[in-house]
Amino acid sequence: MKKMAIIASKGTLDMAYPPFILASTAAALGYEVQVFFTFYGLQLLRKDLSSVMISPLANPAMPMPVPMPVMVQMLPGMESMATLMMKQKLKKHGVASLQEVRDMCLEAEVKFVACQMTVDLFEFDKSEFLENIEYGGAATFLGFAGDTDICLFV
Amino acid sequence: MNFDKELDVRGMSCPMPILKTKKSLNDMTTGQVLKIVATDAGSIKDMQSFSTQTGNTLVAHTEQNGEYTFFMQKK
Repeated sequence: MKKMAIIASKGTLDMAYPPFILASTAAALGYEVQVFFTFYGLQLLRKDLSSVMISPLANPAMPMPVPMPVMVQMLPGMESMATLMMKQKLKKHGVASLQEVRDMCLEAEVKFVACQMTVDLFEFDKSEFLENIEYGGAATFLGFAGDTDICLFV
Repeated sequence: MNFDKELDVRGMSCPMPILKTKKSLNDMTTGQVLKIVATDAGSIKDMQSFSTQTGNTLVAHTEQNGEYTFFMQKK
């Protein structure tokens, strides 16, 4: 059986999709898949994904309906507005919600591993994370990744 | 073409057509044919790739008015 390992290190809406899409698809293709969530990636393991946002700030490649100066992007509420607009756009184009693609991963038995160091660093409450996940460190990841066909850092 | 089951993934984008195809095939038996209707232009390449990698045979595929129809035979 082919294997794929992914490190998910980002916790924004745009960067959350690639690991979940690749993991669920690889599982559908018969791969054994493990995703290691570290640093901001831990946000993607929360039971409630509604706090996952996208910001136009420091994200100059993000297509905007109208050009928006950075001074405007930093105003209060802009992040929520950008997130809402992005979610509407995703829906309109038939892209599954983050929740859906994550559910597809779990259904396909993709293994999620959370970085214990990050949990300690940010003093996260484990009860806010999904229940069927494991906690480990770099050696845990490498133990699986060393024997994979595809290994990605997102 | 004859088929045993039909899957409508019109309006859905990557990766849902592939994931739904895989799920539908799970409930079928060897030799049965799944008809898939999609509107995602990327699904042409993706279905071919899915077939190559999983061993399920892409028996035929057609395109008409922006709709892509695939017939996938379960391995």
